[in-house]
Amino acid sequence: MFGTNLLANFEEVVAVILFGIGFSTLLLHRNLIKKIIGLNIMDTAVYLFLASMGYIEGRLSPILQNGATGQEAYINPIPSGLVLTGIVVSVSVTAMMLALTIRLYQRYHTLNLDEIYMFAQREK
Amino acid sequence: MKAGKKMKISIDRLRAWSERDTDRDYPFIPAEKSPEKEKREAPDPNRYKNAFEIRAFQKVYNVFSVVFCLTLIAVLLITISYLPRFGEAGNPANNEVEQRYIEAGLEETGAVNIVAGMILDYRAFDTFGESCVLFTAVTCVFILLKKKPTDAERENDRLYEPKNDAILQTAAAVVVPFGILFGIYVILNGHLSAGGGFSGGAVLGACLVLYLLAFGFEKTERFFTERTFRFITVIPLTFYCLAKSYSFFTGANHLESHIPLGTPGAILSSGLILPLNICVGMVVACTMYAFYCMFRKGSF
Amino acid sequence: MEVFKTILLCFLVVCAVSVSLSKRLLTSIIIFMSYSTVMAVIWVILRSPDLAITEAAVGVGVTSILFFLTLKKIHLLDESGEKDEDQH
Repeated sequence: MFGTNLLANFEEVVAVILFGIGFSTLLLHRNLIKKIIGLNIMDTAVYLFLASMGYIEGRLSPILQNGATGQEAYINPIPSGLVLTGIVVSVSVTAMMLALTIRLYQRYHTLNLDEIYMFAQREK
Repeated sequence: MKAGKKMKISIDRLRAWSERDTDRDYPFIPAEKSPEKEKREAPDPNRYKNAFEIRAFQKVYNVFSVVFCLTLIAVLLITISYLPRFGEAGNPANNEVEQRYIEAGLEETGAVNIVAGMILDYRAFDTFGESCVLFTAVTCVFILLKKKPTDAERENDRLYEPKNDAILQTAAAVVVPFGILFGIYVILNGHLSAGGGFSGGAVLGACLVLYLLAFGFEKTERFFTERTFRFITVIPLTFYCLAKSYSFFTGANHLESHIPLGTPGAILSSGLILPLNICVGMVVACTMYAFYCMFRKGSF
Repeated sequence: MEVFKTILLCFLVVCAVSVSLSKRLLTSIIIFMSYSTVMAVIWVILRSPDLAITEAAVGVGVTSILFFLTLKKIHLLDESGEKDEDQH
């Protein structure tokens, strides 16, 4: 059932496990701030997966050094660029979710999602 | 103190609501008649049923979410065990796109840092969209959290900071100048070494926040108001848009772009990448500072 | 280097689990801060210094400040903090 490369791809394995932990935090907790932290963990897990796809053993980081311009000298720069974009987007999404959480707290005086849902139903 | 009480009340309310099926409200056990219990309304059987259903649903939901996450992890692990080995040069991710970026990057963009050349030249529209995402997020935070300062806040602008904390002020006086210097270095050297607009901007924003924490809004209002924020975010975004439109227009029509690339390795080189890094850095620093002000006070 | 990397990756998993299990919100945010710090070290090991600087400034600095401010805003930092155990 399992292929041969499970232990060799340790980074990817950790990324998938982190993704699962973040997802279960997102699903199981009723507290909004815990949910946001879970979403952040899922984000970093995806970044770890992407960055580990571009890593090549024994090569330099993608900053040209000593005049070497061959492909053989450097790791893959594309995942770094993608992840750089992702980190900044994730911080803006986090800020927006936290602002929404503050507004919900100011209205319902609770962080519990069930309770907020209950109060909102009652208001209807 | 007040908020704690409110929270406790809401917790009690939730507890009363979720424990409606305890024995004292159990509808099928006839309660002894006492004056207190007569006053209380008869429990609604529908409500009891609802509470039970909700509890059962929550248990089923918890079990199902754990099972779902475990299944997801297992499926992804099986997929990973068939992926190519970690860290080998022949992996399919390392294809001709990467080869082009590394081998032709220096003469086409002039940037020594290949990542900077990639995100600010080849894929500059991605980065522009990303800056716009930041701008949209800060606009949403403004809409959600902006409020006029109350009278107490207007009289005493130290309402939200520790009042003249000696340790914090001394530490900030030492750390903030070096931090700002480091942030500017990271932004200006973005095309030569690791870093660039985003990281340098975040360092600058964090240093401004530390300065604000130590010395209060009174000091920062001298150089940073809402007007400053508006100028510093809108002008770099407009400049970015115009500059990249020019270079994409000339590139698509096979015209010669009149922007010199300079000698690789010099600080004034690599064409548009240095000004674009400065633009992105300014936008990011202002956005971080604005996030802090909005979350803390609701205005600058 | 292999051993060091393995230890750091295991630390990440432990941090993520304890974020999920800790009772107090303040504790889980501080654990999440240390998670981001370790992530920054892992970026250096994976030869992406750009990501390391960004993660250190954004993930550890700005995101944590925003979380703390949210807790401050909803008055969870005022008392000793036993109250928020009941919040979830």
